[in-house]
Amino acid sequence: MAAAEKPPVTGTGSAALDGALTWVDQRFPLISTWKAHLAEYYAPKNFNFWYYFGGLAMLVLGIQIVTGIFLTMNYKPDANLAFASVEYIMREVPGGWFIRYMHSTGASAFFICVYLHMFRALLYGSHRKPRELIWIFGVLIYLLLMGEAFFGYLLPWGQMSYWGAQVIINLFSAIPFIGPDLSLWIRGDYVISDATLNRFFALHVIALPLALLGLVMAHLLALHEVGSNNPDGIEISKHKDAKGVPLDGIPFHPYYTVKDILGVVVFLIVFSIIVFFTPEMGGYFLEYNNFVPADPLKTPAHIAPVWYFTPYYSILRGVPPMFNSQFPGVVAMGVSVMVLFALPWLDRSPVKSIRYRGPYFKGALAAFVVVFLILGYLGTETITVWGQFGPWLDNADRATVVARICTVVYFLFFFLMPWYTKVDKTKPEPERVTH
Amino acid sequence: MKKLITSLLLSAAVLVAVPAALFAPSAVMASEGGVRLDRAPIEPTDVVSLQSGARTFANYCLNCHSASLMRWNRLTELGLNESQIMDNLIFDGSKVGDLMNVSMTKKDARKWFGAAPPDLSVIARARGADWLYSYLRGFYRDPARPTGWNNYVFENVGMPNPLWQLQGERVRVEHAVMKGGEAKEGHGGAAGTVKYEMVKPGSLTPVQYDETVRDLVNFLVYMGEPAATTRKQIGIFVLLFLLALWPLVYLLKREFWKDVH
Repeated sequence: MAAAEKPPVTGTGSAALDGALTWVDQRFPLISTWKAHLAEYYAPKNFNFWYYFGGLAMLVLGIQIVTGIFLTMNYKPDANLAFASVEYIMREVPGGWFIRYMHSTGASAFFICVYLHMFRALLYGSHRKPRELIWIFGVLIYLLLMGEAFFGYLLPWGQMSYWGAQVIINLFSAIPFIGPDLSLWIRGDYVISDATLNRFFALHVIALPLALLGLVMAHLLALHEVGSNNPDGIEISKHKDAKGVPLDGIPFHPYYTVKDILGVVVFLIVFSIIVFFTPEMGGYFLEYNNFVPADPLKTPAHIAPVWYFTPYYSILRGVPPMFNSQFPGVVAMGVSVMVLFALPWLDRSPVKSIRYRGPYFKGALAAFVVVFLILGYLGTETITVWGQFGPWLDNADRATVVARICTVVYFLFFFLMPWYTKVDKTKPEPERVTH
Repeated sequence: MKKLITSLLLSAAVLVAVPAALFAPSAVMASEGGVRLDRAPIEPTDVVSLQSGARTFANYCLNCHSASLMRWNRLTELGLNESQIMDNLIFDGSKVGDLMNVSMTKKDARKWFGAAPPDLSVIARARGADWLYSYLRGFYRDPARPTGWNNYVFENVGMPNPLWQLQGERVRVEHAVMKGGEAKEGHGGAAGTVKYEMVKPGSLTPVQYDETVRDLVNFLVYMGEPAATTRKQIGIFVLLFLLALWPLVYLLKREFWKDVH
């Protein structure tokens, strides 16, 4: 489009600012972008509580990037210096403890937001046609986030950093044939060492954040192409006024910007309580053993991943070794995450939102949430946490048996979904959104 | 081939370690022997207690253990001035801006104690105050040990009791009435199987000794995160600001949304 065809920008209240914006707009799609993504992006008017978490996840991404930049100014990715450099940040860098606690709390906050955001999609069918690609970008973001958290967790170079990474990298050793060489290639050494720390640092501060930002962009562009879903799971684009504006839509800006600020303040209150008063969060956000410097010669009695990985860790641990190999457990853990990609096609229900679904889906989703939480809890504990069954079950660990049952339910939720969503008794969807 | 063996060994180690046990996220349970820990009655804002703890630390701990992430002049936060720190706490000629290092080498330490004494800068964050409080009060005489000392919180620890002149010497007495195997439960007379009896009193009474250890643990907790008190103070202002901001943001949202039905 030729620059001259664009009308000048008006209405800022200042002639100089109007002129400056006009100058930019004739050389850059300023006003059209503003309109397409904010002022004239029409979002359904009935967003509820669950719709805060996408924006909050983006806020946390921003916090992580900014605090991360400041952390790298004093952090030393060197096996001899890393642990002390983190404590140097905590003690001698002005405000360093604040930056570091925001970053460590932000990691957990990111997963909390993303888990709730994904649960929202399950509740209201946001993964369903035409939003399959938004969901796939989202699952990719989730996978990258797991990688980002894993790489970042090695950097403080404490005992849990070291041995947690050891456990995860050795999962790759369980892959037949290529496993040992693959894990060697990941580590860059026969054991986790300075070489591993350096490459994890590079991946954590450059590679994955870049990819994450790109995917978040793609996630949003795909969303703005098809429009937002809503708690009723119906398309607001079906009913438009003469100007083509959805009757149940409101401009994202200012309506949802002011509403999201409300959510941001509530989020920051919770976030600040953790950062300022309980940054370790009882050992869940910062593990106590990670205040012991990494020692390759001393395996800790208990190694557990941070809470956001524990459901998958429970699945890994629950699957018994077969043919003397842990590989089946590794496969189960991999499938338990990868199955998310198939979700848009597993769901065959004629309706999207849980409001109009039948008892089968509601029951299945409730069971899924319960087993996900139980698996998550068990992953933080030893397998002996609930004691043993009697001789009638070979004195099996109760926690292991429960984890196995939960693992089966976890997979049934997905693998039976084509069936139970199809035969479920649904209610008719409304024509227009309700509140 | 060597590569393969190393990888296999590593995988084997992990395959054993992973199902064997998981880290329970609780410092309270961090005691190896499963001993019930006493609650450390510490008070992080009690400056007198912190100063007393710093003195005990400099006198008794800092000969073998370093605190290499902690700088001497940070103790000015505890109400000491630099010359007080120089005169009363620094014995090895360090400057007041130096880190709390020790001259004992790791090699010597391994020869003398079997293991190098760990750096104590963040020990309170790793072990927890209750563990330290119980551990430092848990030593008893054990002729079977190379140092002559054992500890019921950390069985067969390489460290001798550094505070023995203060605490005195205790021995473990097993009562024959009880069956073996539950011996460790005996602290404080809870199970009644094992008792620790004072055979040679120290220069402090048991109550005074508990107070000394409390002050020392208080100091170790402070040293684990010197900014902790500041952090909480700032946190209160941050929360007050956010709580004050919330109604304003709420009213703004309501104003914008009043035409949405």
